[in-house]
Amino acid sequence: MQGSETKEKKTPGRARQLFRSALDAALVPFLAIFTALVIGGVIIALAGGNSIQAYVGLFEGAFGSPKALSETAVWATPYIFAGLAVALAFKGGLFNIGVEGQLALGAVAAAWVGYALPGLLGITIPAIIHIPLAIGIGILFGAIWAAIPGALKAYTGAHEVINTIMMNYIALNTVSFLLNGPMKDKDPNNVSARTPEIALTARLPAIFPDLRVHWGFILALIVAWLVWYLLWKTTLGFEIRTVGANPDAAKYAGINVKKLIVLTMAFSGALAGLAGAIEVIGLNYRHELGFSIGYGFDAIAIALLGKTHPLGVVLAAILFGGMRNGATRMQFLTQIPVDVISIIQGLILLFVAADEIIRYIYRIKVKEERLVLTRGWGG
Amino acid sequence: MAKRFIFIIIIIALLIGSVVLVGYKAVPPLVIIASMVATTIAVATPLTLGALSGVFCERSGVVNIGIEGMMLAGAFFGWLASIYMNSIFGFSATPSILMGVLAALVSGGLFALLLAALSITFKTDQIIGGTVINILAIGVTGFLNRQLFFEKGSVFGGQVPHAPGVLPRLHIPITELFQQWCGANTGTCFTIGESLNKIVDQKPIAISAIVLVFVSSYILFNTRWGLRTRSVGEHPRAADTVGINVYFMRYANVIIGGLFAGLAGAYLTLESVPSFEPLMTNGRGFIALAAMIFGNWTPIGAWAAALLFGSAQALQINLQFFRELIPPNLAFLQQSYVVGLTPYILTMIILTGVVGKTTPPAADGQPYVK
Repeated sequence: MQGSETKEKKTPGRARQLFRSALDAALVPFLAIFTALVIGGVIIALAGGNSIQAYVGLFEGAFGSPKALSETAVWATPYIFAGLAVALAFKGGLFNIGVEGQLALGAVAAAWVGYALPGLLGITIPAIIHIPLAIGIGILFGAIWAAIPGALKAYTGAHEVINTIMMNYIALNTVSFLLNGPMKDKDPNNVSARTPEIALTARLPAIFPDLRVHWGFILALIVAWLVWYLLWKTTLGFEIRTVGANPDAAKYAGINVKKLIVLTMAFSGALAGLAGAIEVIGLNYRHELGFSIGYGFDAIAIALLGKTHPLGVVLAAILFGGMRNGATRMQFLTQIPVDVISIIQGLILLFVAADEIIRYIYRIKVKEERLVLTRGWGG
Repeated sequence: MAKRFIFIIIIIALLIGSVVLVGYKAVPPLVIIASMVATTIAVATPLTLGALSGVFCERSGVVNIGIEGMMLAGAFFGWLASIYMNSIFGFSATPSILMGVLAALVSGGLFALLLAALSITFKTDQIIGGTVINILAIGVTGFLNRQLFFEKGSVFGGQVPHAPGVLPRLHIPITELFQQWCGANTGTCFTIGESLNKIVDQKPIAISAIVLVFVSSYILFNTRWGLRTRSVGEHPRAADTVGINVYFMRYANVIIGGLFAGLAGAYLTLESVPSFEPLMTNGRGFIALAAMIFGNWTPIGAWAAALLFGSAQALQINLQFFRELIPPNLAFLQQSYVVGLTPYILTMIILTGVVGKTTPPAADGQPYVK
């Protein structure tokens, strides 16, 4: 199976063409979201709720006020990073299901830098060093954790899907062990598995007073642009996409495919680790067990909904963040459990992945090449 | 294959040996070995069934990473059906549980039907298709679990009702037989009988899993159905040319695979413990996949690999009994966390192929276009 690059032609009506192709690209995801919401509405009605009221609540809770918008951005921040992590790996022909574990390790490492390092060194680290240090260590741990299955894939052929999942369980068990043992908050009032609070110097400031949205959101947008720049404007990015599109061709073109597989996974894991680090230093100021459950799977849906393009990922992340955020208000208004959001998100993923269903329902003709994301066990 | 079987036997022996080493001062080695073997067989059940699910799907050419989700669905709906039968329709315990098992099979089969439609009819990327199954299963079971049991206005009024229990252990009277032979209720002779009994006395799903391993092996390699299944997985074009319906064979085998995964789920909530927790499959579906790969896509090989993972899990369970006896220089074994990682690390080692490379069916993961 071969995937192919869409050729950009320099024709007079290029701007219009670009607009048209963007519209075409957005059509299937849009219809997928619409269809999933309709089915979700049926499920809500079956569960005895008022679907219209539920969706109004969902929208209000997500985008209805400055506070709602702020909370949506708070939710979207890790989703953007994690979605980019999955999308970048997809571009390189790799499926990183291990974002969950990479994120958790990045978070716990950043938390350690935040609460333990100043005491260990016996000094107060200035914020200008402390914040980048915490972020850097988070990135490093995420990158290493993803590079391991990358290397196993490159040098032994072991499929990254199973290995990243195994690394998830190892990471989550390790984090649980650390938070219940060596890194547990020693505060006498504390009964939960969490680290102590990080030092004030390691915290990202909020953008507005009284709202929780922090500079991590802005950083996420910048990083999305950086990922786009890396993939489409640098040689390395071109190589990553070539390996993703056709590893054999890449090999004959003289690209070191093995090195690139490891590198792509490391980049992907770095983004996941960044997601964890930012959650700790921007929002929670500590790492607590169970805060990240489900980010890894949501990130896959976000990457696919965004068609593995950074801009698409940002939009999909804001949508998913909004849904998660608005779900609380929806539950308050209609007593429908927030878990219904997981079903709707699963359905969105279903329709995005199987876009033939959408094309069939809405009678859309195939205009674009199919996205080939992964291959069988053979690599 | 021989190399891999030897590897499996050595690792299992090592794992059992380490428990014997820790516990022999308190309990006779024979009893420890019997306990380890019995636990291994029991906890390997969902892995064995999950691996069989993978074998049928992939032998016909469909990669199934949705086993985890199908298992979760089976566990939840099986448990749910048994509760409904018991507390709403008033059936007694055993029929309720059996209805539960049936519901588990059906729900596994339905999720498999979805995977089949995605990957065969709609030609979706099969790994993405499997991921969709996993995410949907987590969403549906989580939502219904909350909606039915933890909401005030629900059928059960915000309370988890009492489950009708688990399937009973089947007893084969070996101990009684040995008692007659030895003529005593103590001594080595009697202990042998007792230990054998411990191993043999398994619950129904565990026993059916073992039977199904051999039945599957026979079907795949000795029947017309098996030959057709393998041919659509190796070379669908050739199979199509000689008049085999590729789509039908793939659909049928994926659904059969779903039944296996559903039964694996039933083991978790209707045979092992009488309760459901969100995400309770805990990676078993993926470990089962690794077992299938290590078993080179054969039922018996996959079963052997499942036993290997099972013994790693049995190690953790059995070490709990001897916590206080663990000598200080092996103190790390006290952390059930460390031992708990064994199956995951073993999976990764096995996938590297250091214990022999394996070959998937040639058309595995490729949609067939007529």
